[in-house]
This record gives sequence, structure tokens and C-alpha cells, in this order.
Amino acid sequence: MSGPLIEAKDISVKIGDRRILDHIELAINAKEIVTVVGPNGSGKSTLLRTLIGAIKPDRGKIRRKPELKIGYVPQKLHIDPTLPMTVRRFLNLPRKHDQSTIDLALQRAGIPGRAGDAMSALSGGQFQRALMARALLDTPDLLMLDEAAQGLDQTGVADFYKQIEDIRNQLGCGVLMVSHDLHVVMRAADRVICLNQHICCQGHPEVVTTDPAYRALFGTDTDEVLALFRHDPHQHPHHETESETDEKETST
Amino acid sequence: MLDDFMVRAALAGIGVMIAAAPLGCFVVWRRMAFFGAATAHAAVLGVAISLAMSISVFVGVLVVCLAMAIIVTLLAGRGYAMDTLLGVLAHAALAIGLVAVSFLTHIRIDLMAYLFGDILAVGRTDIGVIWAGSLLVLSMMIWRWQATLLATVSEDLAHAAGYRPFRDELLLTISLAIVIAVAIKVVGVLLITAMLIIPAATARAFSSTPERMAVSAGLIGSIAVFAGLAGSWHLDTPAGASIVTAATVLFALVNIAARLKP
Repeated sequence: MSGPLIEAKDISVKIGDRRILDHIELAINAKEIVTVVGPNGSGKSTLLRTLIGAIKPDRGKIRRKPELKIGYVPQKLHIDPTLPMTVRRFLNLPRKHDQSTIDLALQRAGIPGRAGDAMSALSGGQFQRALMARALLDTPDLLMLDEAAQGLDQTGVADFYKQIEDIRNQLGCGVLMVSHDLHVVMRAADRVICLNQHICCQGHPEVVTTDPAYRALFGTDTDEVLALFRHDPHQHPHHETESETDEKETST
Repeated sequence: MLDDFMVRAALAGIGVMIAAAPLGCFVVWRRMAFFGAATAHAAVLGVAISLAMSISVFVGVLVVCLAMAIIVTLLAGRGYAMDTLLGVLAHAALAIGLVAVSFLTHIRIDLMAYLFGDILAVGRTDIGVIWAGSLLVLSMMIWRWQATLLATVSEDLAHAAGYRPFRDELLLTISLAIVIAVAIKVVGVLLITAMLIIPAATARAFSSTPERMAVSAGLIGSIAVFAGLAGSWHLDTPAGASIVTAATVLFALVNIAARLKP
């Protein structure tokens, strides 16, 4: 693969007088699962919305690979009850797809055979999967998910991330997702970006979780995440001393 | 056949409906009902300006409605809630329009005709203007249907698909101004919003897709036009108001039928 799918060059975003994103440098490659984590209000959703072009950055550039197909799953979607919409019609928006393509996308997203249902009749989890199916229709080069596991129960969330890995393996697409679901995210991601207006740190999940900037944001929660992430604790004997010094560093 | 005023009235009413149906659906889906009403109120000011400047009422109303829509768009999100803003502008435009009309002492105009419409008085030229305007709006709606529908569901999804939702919103606003300008003679300022909303709301009860709802709204609106004109003829009631009443009866019947269905 030549070059990244999408690249953010020093972007800054202001909404009103509030600075939401500050000097963001970011690149997503094909076949890579990148997860953005950060506290509430850290600009995670804004970052995704800026990358799809819904928000204009007041500084910096976004470079997309030519003909880049983006599948976007928004954080939440409200379809007005006065707007009748079947799953099939929703998937055919804005372009019509043949039945087999729709069936495949529904199956990949985990709600096979639901094409004829009204969107309003779906449960929260099914609705989220319908959004996912729509994002998968055109076999995207880049899949962007904003808190896509919302409304799913614990096992549902784990399945969901497993499914995203499968999709990545099947389609060879890049995945950029936003989540505060640290536990599961850490296992599914190739790279974690820790965001709090600016990018605090990024890298392999294991590296990021030991980063002082990450610990400053997520505090004590991290040891638990680390334990979950590390399948073999013997490989990492420095774990505890490391975390202690990190916490001292960040508190000063 | 066009010599018969009832035939002309029916043609004018259906002419308005073919554009009002799909547009009305968007007004309902996007919760723009009050916006539509505000723009329609501004039409009175348009009538006054047209008469004062001796230009076509169609042009005057179109310009004022567009100006109104642009002012609302520009003022939106600057401190006042949308409905407050529309409330101020709608009544201001209506009141200023009425004041302006009172200055036109040299012309006697029947303001009632513009407030409630006078569908029985439409001439051949009016029918031409109505159908031209309506077909223009209808073709714009069909041309941008998918993009506008996607933007209505979610602006972010529209952006991600490579569209610019703002343009489609602008197109809707312009379409609304055109429909109001052509419909003012038929149903009048106060009833235009009714013909946008009631047929669309009625169609919702039995439609499973947006397209079916738009087509059904057109059929329901047309039935209301025929029924209203017939009622007006037999009962000697005002035609515009009778059409809206007929549409309301259909709305009630369809919703009752939907409830009774097991």
C-alpha cells in the first residue's frame, strides 16, 4: 500500500470561542485498526467529524487518498418518526444496491435478514448494526466508527470488536474508531491515540498504557486494563514499579 | 373546457399539490413547519411591494420569501431559539406588509384574496405560472432527492458520502419560496402551510418508505382539492378553506382507520 488513506496535517478546530482540537497530526493506513481514546469533551467525535468533512478546521489540511471510500458510523442517529424508513431503504441511501450486496452487508454487520424491517422497529443494538451495515455496503477503504458499541451489552461489545477485526481482515480496510470502552478497545487496536484536545501520546496499546500522559488521563483504571491486555504477565516484570514512577511524574 | 372556472380551479390546485407534496414531506421530516409558515407570512409584504412598484405579484412574493429565508438562515444560532426568531420575523413581516398595503391608497386591493386565496378566480396565465413553478420545484426535488433525503437523516452521513448538505438545504428553502409564490393565489398565505403539511402528515400513516409518502401526499392533496372544490360549489363555502378542511377530514379518517386496524 502506498501512503496513508487519510492524513491530518496540523489541524486545529474551534467551535465558537472554544478550542476543541489543537495541532492534530494523524495518519491512518490500510489494514490498520486505530482507536482514539480520551475523556468526555476531549474532541474525539469532533476529530472524526472533521476527517469526514462535516467540520471545517480553521487551521491545517486533511489529505485523503484519491477516490477514498469512507464508511462512517455516527455516534447516534435520530430519524424523525414522521420519516418512514425501512432498513433496505436506509441502505439504499443515497445509492441503490442490489439485493445480494445488501444481504451480505447485513450479515457482516450481524443482523441478517432484517432488510424489510422499519428502522424505528429496531432495538438500540440492531439500529447500531444497521448503521454499520450501511457503512460496509460500498466495501469502504476506511471505516470510521464513533462510539459504535453504544447500546450493546457486555458480551455484545466484545463480539462487536471481534467483528470489526473480522471485517478488517475480510475487506483489508483501515479502521478508525472512537471509544471510551478502554478494556475491549485495547485488545482490538493496533494503535491507540490518546486525545485531549491535542494528541497526548500514541502507539501500540501496551506502550500507550504505560505512558505518563495516558495515566494522567485515565488514572488508576489503567492497571486493570493492562492486566486484561497482558495475557502473559511474566513477560513484563517491571509493570508495577513502572506505574508508580509514572504516577509520581505526572502528579508533579 | 378551460373556460369553466371550476376546471381552472382544479388544475391550479393540482398544480400546486405536485410540488407541495414532496416539499411538504421534507417540511414535516425536518420539522420546518414553522419556518414554512413564517415564510408564507412574509408573502403579504411581497404583495404590498409588488403593488407599490407595479411589478408582478409572483416576482415580488418570490423575492420577499427568499429574503426572509436568507435572513432566518443568517440569524439562526445567534442567541435566540429558532422558534422565537421565526415568531418575531413572521409576525413582523405580516404586520409590516399590512401597514405597507394601507399606504397604497391609489390601489384598491382585496387583501382577503391574498390571505385566503381565491382559487375560483385563477385565469389561464395563473395556471401557466403555477404549473411552470411547480414543475420546476418538482424536477429540482427529483434531481436532488437522494442527497436531500440523506442530509435529512443525518448531515454527517451526507458529508461522509461526499455531499454538501448546506446546498440541499438552500435548495429546499428556494423551493419553498417558489411554491409559496405560485400558491398564494390559490390557497393564500394562511393556508399554504396547511397544504404542505396536512397531506404529508396524512400519508405518513400508511407509508413505509419516503417515496411512497411523497406520492401518497400528492394523491391525498389532489383528492382534497377535488373534494374541497365540490364542497365549495354545493355548500357555497370559501374554496381555499374548503380544500384545507377536506384535507383535514382525510387526515382524521386515515388516522382513525390506522388505529382500528388490528
